[in-house]
Amino acid sequence: MSAAAAPADPAPAPPPPQQSFIGRAIALAAVPFIAVVGALVVGAVIIIASSLARGAFDLTLPLQAYANLLEGAFGSLRGIIFSIVSATPLILGGMAVGLGFKAGLFNIGAQGQFLMGALGSAAVGAWAAGESGIVAVPAAILAGAALGAAWGFIPGALKAWTGAHEVVTTIMLNFIAGALIGYLITGPLEAPGFSFSRTGPLGNAELPTFFGTGIHLGVLIAFGLVPAVWWVVWRSTLGFEIRTVGANPDAARYAGMRPAMLTILTLTLCGMLAGLAGAGQILGVSHFMNASYGTSIGFDSISIALLGRAHPVGITLAALLFGAMRAGSGLMQIEAGIPVEIIDVIQATILLFLAADLVIRRLLRLRAVRAQPEELQTVTKTYGGGASS
Amino acid sequence: MEFVYSIPIIGVLFQFIGYVVEVTPGIAPIVVGLAAPIALGALCGIMNERSGIVNIGIEGMMLSAAFAGFLAAGLFQQAFGGEGWGPFGITPALVVGVIAAMLVAMVLSALHAWLSITVAADQIISGVIINVAALGLTGYLNRLLISPNPRLGAGTFGSFRLPPEVVDFPVVGWVIEMFVEQGPIAMSVVLFVVVLQILLFRSRWGLRTRAVGEHPRAADTVGINVIGLRYRNVILGGIFAGLAGAYLTLEATGSFQNNMTAGRGFIALAAVIFGRWTPVGAFGAALLFAYSGAFGQAVRIRPPGDEYPDLGAIMAAIPSQVYGALPYIVTIVILAGVVGRSIAPAAVGKPYQKEGKTA
Amino acid sequence: MTDAARPAALEMRGITKRYPGVVANDHIDLDVRPGEIHALLGENGAGKSTLMNILYGLAEPDEGEIWLGDEPIEIHGPSDAIARGINMVHQHFMLVPVLTVAENILLGDEPMANPIFLDRGAAHAQIRDLGARFGFEVDPEAKVGSLSVGWQQRVEILKALYRSASILVLDEPTAVLTPQETREIFSVLRQLSREMGTSVIFISHKLNEVLDIADRITVIRRGRVVGTRTPSETNEEDLAELMVGRDVQLTVDRGESNPGDVMLDVTDVRVADDRGREVVHAVSFQVRSGEIFGIAGVAGNGQDELVEAITGLRKTTSGRVTLASRDITAASPRQLHGLGVGFVPADRQRFGLVLSFPLADNIVLNDYHAEPYARGFVRETVAIDARAEACVVEFDIRTPSIEVTAGTLSGGNQQKVVVAREFGRDLRLLVLDQPTRGLDVGSVEFIHSETIERRTDGAAVLLVSAELDEVLELSDRIGVMYRGEIVAVVDARQADKEEIGLLMATGGRVSPDATKSMTTETEQTS
Repeated sequence: MSAAAAPADPAPAPPPPQQSFIGRAIALAAVPFIAVVGALVVGAVIIIASSLARGAFDLTLPLQAYANLLEGAFGSLRGIIFSIVSATPLILGGMAVGLGFKAGLFNIGAQGQFLMGALGSAAVGAWAAGESGIVAVPAAILAGAALGAAWGFIPGALKAWTGAHEVVTTIMLNFIAGALIGYLITGPLEAPGFSFSRTGPLGNAELPTFFGTGIHLGVLIAFGLVPAVWWVVWRSTLGFEIRTVGANPDAARYAGMRPAMLTILTLTLCGMLAGLAGAGQILGVSHFMNASYGTSIGFDSISIALLGRAHPVGITLAALLFGAMRAGSGLMQIEAGIPVEIIDVIQATILLFLAADLVIRRLLRLRAVRAQPEELQTVTKTYGGGASS
Repeated sequence: MEFVYSIPIIGVLFQFIGYVVEVTPGIAPIVVGLAAPIALGALCGIMNERSGIVNIGIEGMMLSAAFAGFLAAGLFQQAFGGEGWGPFGITPALVVGVIAAMLVAMVLSALHAWLSITVAADQIISGVIINVAALGLTGYLNRLLISPNPRLGAGTFGSFRLPPEVVDFPVVGWVIEMFVEQGPIAMSVVLFVVVLQILLFRSRWGLRTRAVGEHPRAADTVGINVIGLRYRNVILGGIFAGLAGAYLTLEATGSFQNNMTAGRGFIALAAVIFGRWTPVGAFGAALLFAYSGAFGQAVRIRPPGDEYPDLGAIMAAIPSQVYGALPYIVTIVILAGVVGRSIAPAAVGKPYQKEGKTA
Repeated sequence: MTDAARPAALEMRGITKRYPGVVANDHIDLDVRPGEIHALLGENGAGKSTLMNILYGLAEPDEGEIWLGDEPIEIHGPSDAIARGINMVHQHFMLVPVLTVAENILLGDEPMANPIFLDRGAAHAQIRDLGARFGFEVDPEAKVGSLSVGWQQRVEILKALYRSASILVLDEPTAVLTPQETREIFSVLRQLSREMGTSVIFISHKLNEVLDIADRITVIRRGRVVGTRTPSETNEEDLAELMVGRDVQLTVDRGESNPGDVMLDVTDVRVADDRGREVVHAVSFQVRSGEIFGIAGVAGNGQDELVEAITGLRKTTSGRVTLASRDITAASPRQLHGLGVGFVPADRQRFGLVLSFPLADNIVLNDYHAEPYARGFVRETVAIDARAEACVVEFDIRTPSIEVTAGTLSGGNQQKVVVAREFGRDLRLLVLDQPTRGLDVGSVEFIHSETIERRTDGAAVLLVSAELDEVLELSDRIGVMYRGEIVAVVDARQADKEEIGLLMATGGRVSPDATKSMTTETEQTS
């Protein structure tokens, strides 16, 4: 230990004046709002630029594209339902990443956890297809949750016991999950009688839907989990422990908490949430899984967690936004000819604006209401290694 | 040998060693090629992290560079044509492609530097942004510009050819072949590794960089320009990421696929940690990871034959996807085993703020 | 001998620096004569460091000018300051632990063999010469991280001396030194000022040292200069009053202690540091109820690891720790908390508080899981808030509300939160590690008197501090820790400060001159 003396503390900065609820809501929401608007503007610019590639400089193309987007998302009851159903896995996935943030962990592995959850539910669902619904549905859901949880447990345990940073291990596990799915679905889990490799029909394991629409049980579960997760994080002792470990792991140890255990528990819970997202998609929407099943839900979840500031309500709103965009993008590609990947670009730009948070705040002279979740500093601080016990 | 192989249980281990020894010279040339992008990515990571900046956006930089390089080379070739020259078959288009790749990676590095240093945003988030943006933009532009043009492409660099006498040289012949029978980018990797290693530990730049990465305030108090040094190193590090991307589309294959980097940028990060933030160490780690990938291929092409009975049975029972996932599995195993004892530059990840100059 | 007739070497006129909510420097005037040793005295937070940071270019003043000789100058960064012959030895070491002594000293001004590569041979020769000039035997190849704290301080000073300075600023240089090491540094400073005409600015809050070394003393309080004296025209009481603005009790009334039974019994405890090296070698001592046992020692001699082992934050490799005969060697922090052990950690911002959490959450940081602050899984915010309000009143914590985050409180108030949490219940054992570091005089007084009160109530108190004066003032018995061993235990009433200082520096085994050689010190470390 070198320098023994702590810095002479300067006199305290005065605390920020108590803001009204409205004031605080605006301050919190301002930057995400500007980020989305700004990203849409940047997206428009890109669309205009790419119209050049097709010969004509078309300034109205973005308007047409966004109009298609809106129409596809909200223009009809079917569209609205499609948006909600698309948002559902994003809510769960966003919470899977956001809960990790609260504990100072970066769960990029939501993708792999989602895939494993999908796999588990597809496998058990096919196996239990003949049983009555009361048995098959919960069994399939639980299988998805359990497998997702396991896929979260692995990086959690690695981080807690060896210090291996979750940023790298979870991404590796994403690839391994893909390989595992490829192997299992072309092998032991392959259902006979189809022209391509896929899991078997779900039969009674399919999620019931409501009002004859696409709204399936998974949607209700997801929306129901939002207040549940909020309550656990902000009102329970477990949530207090998770937040403390995220904010200051050293103080957490001093307070008698066990950061290692909490790391493992948190990532396992995150995995469970992402696994449920996967289960919902398979059991409620696609009803089977093929060997090359691919999805962007894992990465979207990261953006959603950041956009929603790791808070369940913010995440829900962000998920609805992204769900709507994905829902409408199909129509946009058909009608305006803009590749759906533009949504990825817009997403990235939203993140860019979020990161430039500080700059925006200074521009607008907004009060520094927690410019950036402090938990993120713990994510970066533990990057160099060392077990967190 | 057969006697050794037939010892119960341990015999399998000997069979494995025997198989590895037999198969390695054959796959050695592939190994360096597979290692090249990882090693280059790791050099980029070292430039960043030794200066105190976490950069997990190397994957995105590689991907963008791969795309930009391919596109630039292809368009140039389409517009101006050109013939291959010299042992590497260099065409003007390919050169343009490499330059474009490096420039794109440097621009993304500048963005990361700005976000990390000036805006003081969380550095991991900045890396994530670059990855997501790269994936989205390259996918979008690929669909828009390249898919309609299936004939677009400038080909690849050729590999250097050694005279057969050198290759057949006993013992060392295949080692030389491994490193020298490569295209220009892969061959340059060893050079970069050696040069960077020397500079990092013996030059003034290296000393100042290490000081800035460990204790930026100490460096500041002796008059070193911490911010400037960090910006320069991060942007220069982009050159390596650019070369890694260029390698993928202009030397290894002659085409671009969505998300073709397949996690190499992250494996590069693991290589940095495993190599204790030294160029030579990271290169060794990259070779290890590449070997695991190449080994997987070897098993498929030349599975253990009758000389290795037990081994052959075991290996046949392992599904082929495992071999494909071997680099990722190896990465996790290594990270778990090594990281606990590996110490990063002390100030890595913390934005530096000059005392008294913050608002 | 200073020359009052010649123009000042350095003048700072009307320096003003504002930070959000506070004026750190308020129209400060300072003049320093050539070859003078000028002390800047003030309590923690008074603004001395800020003023010197401005001089060295680490901060820019909002108003005011700096004059060197007879012309005004502008300093925009350390390189400007260094170019003008101003060098600074910082309060917190600006040393890179993984680099060698030579690399640290020469950083920024490296001898080059050619435009790219360093000239190591020349570097080492220069360092050795430099050390010899001031009587230190320096090993240029040693890694700074392996040096003792005293030697690191010397390297830090050599760093400033390497670039020939006309003005040398030292910020609290003796904070981590024993009395012997302090005397050595002082003789170096006198040599510099008398023989080489260097002006020395010496920042401190230690009254006795300032009276010893300075030619003139300028006292700063709350950002303003309140007086300039020469040592002959003042004394400790006068300076203390200037520093704080009121009558200050320099010593607290310790009263008599009535020690009861042995509460804490530490037997043959061995502890390893993060790298696996044993840093506490078979330490044994006892603390009784109703007594304060102070461990004096230079930072880095194993005290932190010992304290962490006792409070459950670190494992012992062998040995036993008992609390009133109950084995607590392997007890967790939570178990110890339940047994009536309070712990004020040395690094309050890292271990003692969660800065981003509200004050209320910090008050119940140890008890959040138990009644009445939680019923099972559910947190009871009403009970938590009530307790926080009570603590704010009882411990006089200056805060607008219990909802503000701990990070917005001043250092003194932050420590009060920790103290409120740890002191505010029935205690059998209280462990204090550097409890008043970096605090203003008012907070220091408060914590000292609260500690005495707990002792009078019957708690056993283990005090670990690098401030020898604090240990002497509060303790009933004193143990000296040196290189992981308790080398002596004395009764406070018979303690001799010089003797203890010597024990802190040498462990009583090595002759004092050995401290002149770096190699002897580093060998002993490994």
